[in-house]
Amino acid sequence: MTLATLKRSDAVPPNETIVRVLRDDLTLDPENDPKLGNDEVLHLYRHMVMTRQLDERLVALQRQGRIGFHVGSLGEEGAILGSAYAMRKGDFLFPCYREFGAALMRGLELQVFVHNMFGNAKDTVLGRQMPDHYTCRRVGWGSISSPVGTQITQAVGFAWGAKIQKKDVATLAYFGDGATSSSDFHSGMNFAGVFKLPTVFFCRNNGWAISVPVERQTASRTFAEKAAAYGIPGVRVDGNDLFAVVATVQKAVERGVRGEGPTLIEAITYRMGGHSTSDDPNRYRGSEMLEPWASRDPIGRVRAYLEKHDLWDGTAEERLIAEVDASFKAAVKVAEHTPPPPLESMFEDVYARPPWHLQEQRQEVLSGPRAPNPHGS
Amino acid sequence: MPQMNMVQAINDGLRTAMRDDSRVVILGEDVGRVGGVFRVTAGLFDEFGDDRVIDTPLSENGIVGSAVGMALYGLVPIVEIQFADFIWPAYDQIVNELSKYRYRSGGEYPAKVVIRAPVGGGIRGGHYHSQHPEAAFIHVPGLKVVCPSSAYDAKGLLLASIADPDPVIFFEPKRVYRAAKGDVPSGPYTVALGSAAIVRSGRHVTVLAYGAMLYEALDAAAKASLQGVEAEVIDLRTLWPVDIQTILESVKRTGRLVVVHEAPRTCGFGAELVSLVVERAFYHLEAPPVRVTGFDTPFPYTLEMEYLPLSHRILPALLEAVKH
Ligand SMILES: Cc1ncc(C[n+]2csc(CCOP(=O)(O)OP(=O)(O)O)c2C)c(N)n1
Ligand SMILES: [Mg+2]
Repeated sequence: MTLATLKRSDAVPPNETIVRVLRDDLTLDPENDPKLGNDEVLHLYRHMVMTRQLDERLVALQRQGRIGFHVGSLGEEGAILGSAYAMRKGDFLFPCYREFGAALMRGLELQVFVHNMFGNAKDTVLGRQMPDHYTCRRVGWGSISSPVGTQITQAVGFAWGAKIQKKDVATLAYFGDGATSSSDFHSGMNFAGVFKLPTVFFCRNNGWAISVPVERQTASRTFAEKAAAYGIPGVRVDGNDLFAVVATVQKAVERGVRGEGPTLIEAITYRMGGHSTSDDPNRYRGSEMLEPWASRDPIGRVRAYLEKHDLWDGTAEERLIAEVDASFKAAVKVAEHTPPPPLESMFEDVYARPPWHLQEQRQEVLSGPRAPNPHGS
Repeated sequence: MPQMNMVQAINDGLRTAMRDDSRVVILGEDVGRVGGVFRVTAGLFDEFGDDRVIDTPLSENGIVGSAVGMALYGLVPIVEIQFADFIWPAYDQIVNELSKYRYRSGGEYPAKVVIRAPVGGGIRGGHYHSQHPEAAFIHVPGLKVVCPSSAYDAKGLLLASIADPDPVIFFEPKRVYRAAKGDVPSGPYTVALGSAAIVRSGRHVTVLAYGAMLYEALDAAAKASLQGVEAEVIDLRTLWPVDIQTILESVKRTGRLVVVHEAPRTCGFGAELVSLVVERAFYHLEAPPVRVTGFDTPFPYTLEMEYLPLSHRILPALLEAVKH
């Protein structure tokens, strides 16, 4: 299949319209080079590999029936980790649901994440939400919910709140191509434009919203050009180019911090796996659609760069994978030996303090019969 | 007669309606080529094409708003909301527009839309893939609300909903999508809106249930029977306008009422059902009516089976009712 015959959702877009830094000859384009130190590139690379390794293992756990669900990031690691890396320490990220790798890089402990995947008593949200729907305020990370797009306006309001109090806080909203059709996308872009808020709108254009290709989300030629209607800049970046993503988000943050307002970034990448463990992509797309993207794998490209500079090799890779494997297995073991959340936790946090009716209902459960098969259906 | 599960029966109902009436179109997310995330629209894209089985952009507000417009023009749109939990971006269009169009235009612009949405828990879906929000729609004047529990009723009620002149919210209990199997006639037939079904007769206590919880009520009734308590289980099928006559006749015979629903208790449909019975059959009651429902908390993930009003919670309510 040649690029010319590909539909927009399959195609690696033409060069001139998008920010790229890591060239095919593994040199960096000085125009947009974020000038990362070797240790920074290695740090990011390790996290990308870890994310992919964890994805694989979480899918396996789901297939074995040990966890209920997983929504992965296969192929999108460059966009996800590069963007998170560009955000400063006190900034806040408002995730969609596909960015656990970034949360881990920002300091969410693997064990805490794995407890969430099991929804047990040590899960910080006490098994109230599905797997991958964790919260981590202390690392500048929001609280994940399933409804598409809702985090976009919230990221705007958070930055606005900080601005009103004259605090230097920028926010980043993660969302997919599908979410650009939501009302929250429109409202968020509009508000942030009007009030010149330091929010980075980071659209992971991964080609698909479950089975619906990007052609069905917009008649615009690009998602980035939607920014024009809100009076803000829109940038397209090669989402599979780690360096380009870091540089583009850094610029957007700097701009926001200077008081010049938000930026919409369209990171062009591709969802190489199913939408989630509930989805079978073979129903709606052929594997040949993955080919042009496989050769632009965000991890493979950075690895080639590192190897060229003698910063990485097969032994280092093996050691890293073994480390990830060991720490993941250990975390799973702990999580599997942790009991489910206590019954009374169901009634906590609905309000700051349970009113009379929830106290009664809690008592009703505690003194009533147990469900015969609490974890089956 | 062909055996079908509820997914197949609804699919068959949609196909039947689309073959019969070229004004019927389907809109939703992933309803086209892939046939819906629950496969309810499988095969319809191939048979009826992209003009009539439409994958839309990801906007429930856009879907319902345009469906209303199509209906004003004269089509009969059937909307699929992927999970009822995601219906809220469309709530303004449903509450302020769809439900009021006939009234506010003096009948000039009736807006006929059927909105299908899978509801309910017990599928490891957490807050956002488990809610059962019927009360928020029953409360809206102008909407009819349906919730089948069997494959046969699902097809018959769907065809009745499509034929009905008013907008219908059609809630599909996804926990029994594949488990609820039975004989389903091919071709058109309807199950009348507004008619409940007595699915088990009994003289001691009336149980009102619908959707997936009907099976829990039946299980509890079978267990109660072993202890000498005969429960009459009524499947409401149409939630609004509810079959008040069948309910009152039963309660007047049994003198006792237990209402079961998954949704939170406070201001849930059970509150309305109990009020209706108390207002109209007060002197026939021999025990206080009881609601066995979800709790007034968001729907939990790990503890979902403790949240749901399953048989183990219905049975004590039945036994307790007859002590009075
Ligand atoms: C309001 C709402 N409608 C529908 C869904 C069901 N749903 C979950 S993810 C998804 C597709 C999202 O696609 P996109 O925004 O491109 O993000 P991606 O999954 O590709 O990262 C849909 C339709 C939802 N979660 N929320
Ligand atoms: Mg997408």
